[in-house]
Amino acid sequence: MAEANPAAPVVIVGAAMGGLRAAESLRRSGYTGAIRVVGEELHAPYNRPPLSKEVLATDVTHEAVAFPSRAEMGDVEWMLGVRATAVDLDAHTLTTDDGNVQEWRALVIATGLRARRLDFAPIAGRHVVRSLDDAMALRAELIPSARVVVVGSGFLGCELSATARKLGCSVTIVTPSAEPMIRPLGDLVAKEMRRRLTEEGVQIFSGVTVAAINGETSVESVELSDGRVIEADVVIESVGSHCNIEWLEGTNLDVSDGVLADNAMRAVTTDGIALDDVYVVGDIARFPNPMFDDVPRRVEHWNIPTDTGKRAGAVLAAHLADDGSFADVVAKPFAPVPSFWSNQFEIKLQAYGLLGLVSDDDIRVLEGDLTDQAAVGYYRDGRLVGVLGIGMKAALLPYRKQIAEGGA
Amino acid sequence: MIKIEVDMNQCQHYGQCVFEAPDNFKLNDDDKLEYVAEAPDSERDNIEAAVDVCPMQAIRIVE
Repeated sequence: MAEANPAAPVVIVGAAMGGLRAAESLRRSGYTGAIRVVGEELHAPYNRPPLSKEVLATDVTHEAVAFPSRAEMGDVEWMLGVRATAVDLDAHTLTTDDGNVQEWRALVIATGLRARRLDFAPIAGRHVVRSLDDAMALRAELIPSARVVVVGSGFLGCELSATARKLGCSVTIVTPSAEPMIRPLGDLVAKEMRRRLTEEGVQIFSGVTVAAINGETSVESVELSDGRVIEADVVIESVGSHCNIEWLEGTNLDVSDGVLADNAMRAVTTDGIALDDVYVVGDIARFPNPMFDDVPRRVEHWNIPTDTGKRAGAVLAAHLADDGSFADVVAKPFAPVPSFWSNQFEIKLQAYGLLGLVSDDDIRVLEGDLTDQAAVGYYRDGRLVGVLGIGMKAALLPYRKQIAEGGA
Repeated sequence: MIKIEVDMNQCQHYGQCVFEAPDNFKLNDDDKLEYVAEAPDSERDNIEAAVDVCPMQAIRIVE
């Protein structure tokens, strides 16, 4: 590999939370050279979770969700509205869709995910919610008495269902799963969530897929795989996501599921080599967390872009400082506690750890009552690897500690 | 001295800040956030981490 030009900037591709945290961390870790952040969206980094909850229920504005800009970030260059199309790891260059080819000294991959779409004609009334612009477009159509079909019953689909219901829409969830949120939560809790959502007036059709979306220019009805037809004005597709890895084609990075990284967030090649000048952060990063085991995983929880961004920034700063500290910084174990929360009606879920690692037999109520407030434990090989609070918060803290110490 | 402000209209009492800066943030027995609005400069890293991890982005440092 050719030597990188030391005068070139660190280029961070992806201007969302992970890219922002990586840039902040580079500065805090003492790197004073040039940083450029390249992002496809025109908006400066913002907080996504409120887009399906609080913000969607009120006014969707950038101001309501923007991350504050820190003083040390003053000289970071933002190149927004530009999409990365190719990268050359030998020449240390990045190509963008405006035709520009730029040099980088080090590269941070933070391009995240995009919403998967159903494969039907693009008519009005079909929505996804990933970006601020998506949420703005949907908000305009969530008027009282609108008939909304939500496809998919993950956290996002269920949150959107609750928000639409609260805005006065009639809401039907269509899902291939047996129960809402069953994959992360397990059967026991998912059944209780179905009971609660149904009680709030959300209709749930499970075990079915969408066969067709009918309507000439805008949505009129949704046809299900079992032949049922649901009249609808709005269809919200929350059917998973794709990793934004197309621009990495032609490199030797392992992009079989997201982008493989080591525990220092260095990108790893298909030959198993970790690159000191290429890093991966956020949803797209598949990395090992010693808290659980040595299996690299992508974790789509809210804290991950921040934790991986900080880690990548610190390691990269040490590499660029070339002051002998690099090996020590890399060797420092990185074991972030995955955490997420979800608000649906008055139900407040909060979780720590990796709930999805365990089978249904290893889930049990630790405290409280599932139909009211509860703490639920998720065990793997007898060890607590996840805890879920339904309405409980402070009670979760000792369990979080127990999960975190499991990796020590 | 660092001055901290929490927008209690935004705060949903998730308690993520409690792990980052336990000297300044805690959840009380009713699962509500309580915080100390001032911290010594030596706590800056922890307070900034608390700002970062707040799901509602309700915490800020008053400069």
